[in-house]
Amino acid sequence: MDRRAFIQSVGLASTSLVAASSARADGEELRKEFVAVLVDTTRCVGCRSCEFACAETHGFPEPDVDEAVMDRQREPSVTQWSVVNRFETDDDAIFVKKQCMHCNQPACASACLTKAMLKTEDGPVIWREDKCMGCRFCMISCPFDIPKFEYDSPVPKIQKCSLCADRVGEGGVPACVEACPMEALSFGTRSELIQEANRRISQDPDTYVPHIYGEHEAGGTGYLYLSRVPFEQVGFRADIETTSYPELSKDYLYAVPIVLTLWPAFLLALSNATKKESD
Amino acid sequence: MASTSTSLALLAHETRRFGRFILGELKPKGKLVTPFNVVAAVILLVAAVLLVIRFTQGLASTTNLSQDFPWGIWIGFDVITGVAFAGGAYVITFMVYVLRLEKYHPIVRITVLNGFLAYVFYAGALLFDLGRPWNVINPIIGNSFGVSSVMFLVAWHFMLYMITEFIEFSPAVAEWLGWRKVRKFLGSLTLGAVIFGITLSTLHQSGLGALFLMAKDKIHPLWYSEFLPILFFVSSIFAGLSMVILEGSISQRVFRSQISPLHRVRHDDIVRGLARVCAGTMYVYFFLKVLVFVHGQHWTYILTPMGSWYLVEMIIFVLVPVRLYTQAVRFGNMGVIRVASVLTLIGIVLNRLNVSVIAYKWYAAERYIPSWMEIEITLAIIVAELIVLRWIVNRMPILREPAEEPTDGVGGHPERHEIRHKEPEQWVTST
Repeated sequence: MDRRAFIQSVGLASTSLVAASSARADGEELRKEFVAVLVDTTRCVGCRSCEFACAETHGFPEPDVDEAVMDRQREPSVTQWSVVNRFETDDDAIFVKKQCMHCNQPACASACLTKAMLKTEDGPVIWREDKCMGCRFCMISCPFDIPKFEYDSPVPKIQKCSLCADRVGEGGVPACVEACPMEALSFGTRSELIQEANRRISQDPDTYVPHIYGEHEAGGTGYLYLSRVPFEQVGFRADIETTSYPELSKDYLYAVPIVLTLWPAFLLALSNATKKESD
Repeated sequence: MASTSTSLALLAHETRRFGRFILGELKPKGKLVTPFNVVAAVILLVAAVLLVIRFTQGLASTTNLSQDFPWGIWIGFDVITGVAFAGGAYVITFMVYVLRLEKYHPIVRITVLNGFLAYVFYAGALLFDLGRPWNVINPIIGNSFGVSSVMFLVAWHFMLYMITEFIEFSPAVAEWLGWRKVRKFLGSLTLGAVIFGITLSTLHQSGLGALFLMAKDKIHPLWYSEFLPILFFVSSIFAGLSMVILEGSISQRVFRSQISPLHRVRHDDIVRGLARVCAGTMYVYFFLKVLVFVHGQHWTYILTPMGSWYLVEMIIFVLVPVRLYTQAVRFGNMGVIRVASVLTLIGIVLNRLNVSVIAYKWYAAERYIPSWMEIEITLAIIVAELIVLRWIVNRMPILREPAEEPTDGVGGHPERHEIRHKEPEQWVTST
């Protein structure tokens, strides 16, 4: 093969590689528009239909029907993936649903050494029983303290909202969204819902604070919230990072291959340098 | 044909002889009923019962872990502090095999053995804490590599480092068994193992700090820093060495019969050298902590209760021992060095527990306090490690010199043959 032919063939090969990879990237782009849920807390009346629908869909015991459960702040638990909390404000009560936020770049998934916690291509963050070894590093890492661990079980599971990944995968809607009688919950792609949220804010600036919680928090989340009052008054942490949490350990992880390759070379050189002549 | 049967007979004979040797070695040496043994047996028995309960009823039956505090002392103390304490092995092997500071050669084996056992027992204790330990093979066999996880790195490094330390230690096993050729081969692996081991240690000592990087909003600002990996790495150097100093002063008494008079003479000099390295790295650590403190503009926190707690850690358990080390090195006071090492080690326990348990969710209404069962099992792990350590030290050439002179002249401690014919002061220069 002469030089020209060689260059041509290399050129051809590399263009085809580029073409192939860009085609794949396009395809991925289309599929990877994450689904999301918009929670409009100004519409929620605290009926807890979402809680009951969630428990029924995922086979958990029916939540306590007594209204008194809302007298205190609740967290999602190992038997309840989603809870509604009441916050008293100057005007009236505001109800806020709490569950996994389904971050775009979840801390829990990047913490998981077995990929038991997984951000699916559709958008839901799911937990996989056959992978998890129960180290609970996801619980340490999650900025929203969402994953819950079954401390009472010899075969413990991590419990958290799956955004009804099965139903969503089949083109359905999460159970909680379907159950909401007030249309406080909307389901769609994330960009659609951000547009919709912005539309509501601009159409009715007196009702909403101009902030979509989850648009930037933790680098963007799959659950988006609208509120009448500043979010820290209704149970949201104000000190949450706006960059994604995996970003926090990225620098360290980038340093690993550098140390792994440079250290041995450096140590070997040092060891040779300290060798005595007689050896 | 005849030669085959002869060699078979020889093999059978050798196997029987080896079997008898192992059986003989397995028997306890010395008195069986001693105060230590009795207490140890009780602790181990109780722990065995508790572990049955733990594995049949779940973690809640034995631990005070909660949804707010997923990690308690089994991680914060056993694994994270235990691994920092085991850091002496990589530092000493660095000094002896890379820098070739032969002065420290006599403590290589005991330090590497201590490090190896610490990893086996303290990192092994992780299995008690894992909710689903049967899946621990998942990140190993590769059906599910979470390579973006710091925990993945730490897990792999633990495993590889245990193998590395075993290779570093293996010549002692070969000497114990009298396998000269194997001994020669294993000895040739040492430098490679040491270099690999130092690299792994750099990464997983810092990796233990990196585990907490994503918990930025949960750890008190006085303890959280993006430099946690570097702080963990630097502190593992003097944590490991302080452990070597303390452990050395104990084995000088406990294993007195094992230690040659020469080693005893040299030991003070070795300890003074280690104290000097401790002091140096502790000054660096203190300086780093001050930089992080100033850089993070944390002045406002100092007047809070957590601020006082931070000052306790930094002043009583970093600044005081570093001064003690410095003074003791200058005046050659061995007692003060021991006190400094104890203070330093307490400081490391505090620091690791602060990051992982105490300053973690310092705002939480309900605190985590370990249950007596968590403490009992931790004690049992320490006791089990000490028993195995004692068994090995009493049998293998760890502190003492090899029982028989290797005829081919190969030894992990080449200087050891020479020193028999030399006076102590000449030994420093001999290689």
